[in-house]
Amino acid sequence: MPIISYIEAVTRAIREEMERDENVFVLGEDVGKRGGVFRATNGLYEQFGEERVIDTPLAESAIAGVGIGAAMYGLRPIAEMQFADFIMPAVNQIISEAAKIRYRSNNDWQCPITIRAPYGGGVHGALYHSQSVEAIFANVPGLKIVMPSTPYDVKGLLKAAIRSNDPVLFFEHKRAYRLIKGEVPDEDYTLPIGKADVKREGDDITVITYGLCVHFAMQAAENLAKQGYQAHILDLRTVYPLDKEAIIEAARKTGKVLLVTEDNKEGSIISEVSAIIAEHCMFDLDAPIKRLAGPDVPAMPYAPTMEKYFMVNPDKVEAAMKELAEF
Amino acid sequence: MATKITMPQLGESVTEGTITKWLVKPGDKVNKYDPIAEVMTDKVNAEVPSSYTGSIKELVAEEDQTIAVGEVICTMTVEGDEESSAVEQDTSETVSVQDSAQQTGEDESNKRRYSPAVLRLSQEHGIDLEQVNGSGKGGRITRKDLQAIIDSGEFPVTTVDAKKEKENSDSRSAKETRPVSSSLVSGTASGRVEEIPVSGVRKAIANNMVKSKHEAPHAWMMIEVDVTDLVRYRNKVKDEFQRKEEIKLTFLPFFVKAAVDALKQFPEVNSMWAGDKILRNKDVNISLAVATEKELFVPVIKHADEKTIKGLAREINDLASKVRNNSLKQEDMQGGTFTVNNTGSFGSIMSQPIINHPQAAILSVESIVKRPVIMEHDAIAVRHMVNLCMSLDHRVLDGLICGKFLGHIKTSLENMNEKTISIY
Repeated sequence: MPIISYIEAVTRAIREEMERDENVFVLGEDVGKRGGVFRATNGLYEQFGEERVIDTPLAESAIAGVGIGAAMYGLRPIAEMQFADFIMPAVNQIISEAAKIRYRSNNDWQCPITIRAPYGGGVHGALYHSQSVEAIFANVPGLKIVMPSTPYDVKGLLKAAIRSNDPVLFFEHKRAYRLIKGEVPDEDYTLPIGKADVKREGDDITVITYGLCVHFAMQAAENLAKQGYQAHILDLRTVYPLDKEAIIEAARKTGKVLLVTEDNKEGSIISEVSAIIAEHCMFDLDAPIKRLAGPDVPAMPYAPTMEKYFMVNPDKVEAAMKELAEF
Repeated sequence: MATKITMPQLGESVTEGTITKWLVKPGDKVNKYDPIAEVMTDKVNAEVPSSYTGSIKELVAEEDQTIAVGEVICTMTVEGDEESSAVEQDTSETVSVQDSAQQTGEDESNKRRYSPAVLRLSQEHGIDLEQVNGSGKGGRITRKDLQAIIDSGEFPVTTVDAKKEKENSDSRSAKETRPVSSSLVSGTASGRVEEIPVSGVRKAIANNMVKSKHEAPHAWMMIEVDVTDLVRYRNKVKDEFQRKEEIKLTFLPFFVKAAVDALKQFPEVNSMWAGDKILRNKDVNISLAVATEKELFVPVIKHADEKTIKGLAREINDLASKVRNNSLKQEDMQGGTFTVNNTGSFGSIMSQPIINHPQAAILSVESIVKRPVIMEHDAIAVRHMVNLCMSLDHRVLDGLICGKFLGHIKTSLENMNEKTISIY
């Protein structure tokens, strides 16, 4: 199986879906001739032409709005937000329109749009190029939020998102783009949205996380294994709606749960995960539920020392895992 | 200026400790962290380290004295700090608490902090958490610890630890033991039952009995002894004895005396099982089972081998009245090495006593009854006969040695008469 990067898995999924279904098209800032600022749509303009790979003005509200309209008319748009931080002007379109169309039309209309956006820090991107925005959308029924961690999951889930008949926010960790590589089959496959995935089996502690933090946890788990502690790692993959069954099962497995996100701690995805565990796993818990997250400060700082302080990293994850294992 | 050194807090629920040994004397120079005393509590044995460098001024507490946490045990002159005002310093922060089982520092502060998972598993599987060793932080029992026990199927009933046994044997008695995990027995089908709450002493009795019966493989023996001469002798002297001593002369001191003599002859019986070894007690301390209407106590006659019949009679009388007056102290119950149980006092002629843990054997003295006995030359005579029943811990003792032991008692008793025995 070929080993490709995270971002290449994004490109392949889009290309394969565009080849498979002529209703699929791409729109966003610099996605055409430039191939995207991260090169996620590299080569698509050449292959599919300007009709299906559309460069848009710097107007995220329009990117989302045009996409939503096209989706309601039967097309399958893949709208790119250049950075997840820039999604804010489009929030009204996404929450008020895309999320509610099926419900308010009593199932007459649907909105099969995929909105891709690179998120996350650790790339010296500072305030407007480092944010995690998933929590904003994570209590909006009608939306699905997918945040894959591996190239394999990227391809399978992005294809599933494009084929989904409802709006999907697809957040890609920008630091993972070229950092994370993995085996991805050439064949066509999809992975189920709404299903978490056990990335590592263990019986001492459970780590539940998503995105780049999955890799931090995997690294930390290898170090801890040398000290005799085996971590069970659950990758949420879809952060909204959450895979409750998988969360409960993973939490029950060890009774010691660490939740990790690089988002600000309060009201984050893992806050909801924590609530699910508290509701269902009381008598299986052997330690207080532990959360590791970014501090509750407004944004990722630019100064490297401060960015390091803000960001979750393998050392921080390992320290938290060890503390829990020894509890 | 003298700095006061206080009894450190040696565990969450520990309120006092006994200075078992001073490691310093007044005038000694000590460095910071040097051990100055050995302290024993019902939970741990520990060394109290010095908080300062300086010299010992005065030992306030004596050895074997029990001191409440926070009370002054000694004073010292702190080096380079002669000018400073007397600040009460306590050593609680720095004390090295040692598990008496292993002389390594072990934090057990979370031993009784149970997680929901641990509580649920212990209840579902009936595991007594007091008996589980925790591998978590601060000795916390983790879910994995319990899972391992459940998977192994070997539920701990008690932990036998050689050193612990030795050091704690003094404090073991019917009165102080851990609470029994209550096994829930539902009422009869008719529901016509009355619930009697279980008192602390009752719980301790139950716990000790279960522990002993479960741990020690009991074997049982009985001999019958012709005590006709002893009966005659005692009947002859008892009135005078009471007049002189103002206590009754019962048969029990004679039996205790016979048992003590046999224990000296066969020290194997005066011992206890300690896991990987047998501990043979040098002292002969006789635990005496004394019953009240509701409860059973086993006060101890210390150094019973050094006492005359009169001495034994007085001590038995004292202990029995302490039991009746409810004024028995902890030290009255400690240190027993062998138990004598006077089951005859309520008419029993045969019994199978449960060994008083951690001792190796127990002797029941049954009722003295008149029976026709075939004597020498096939003559039949009416004699005063008594059965002596003995339960033994078969890990420590075998039948042969116990047979000899009982034989020795029998011979002593049958030869107790005016000529051979002195009361005073």
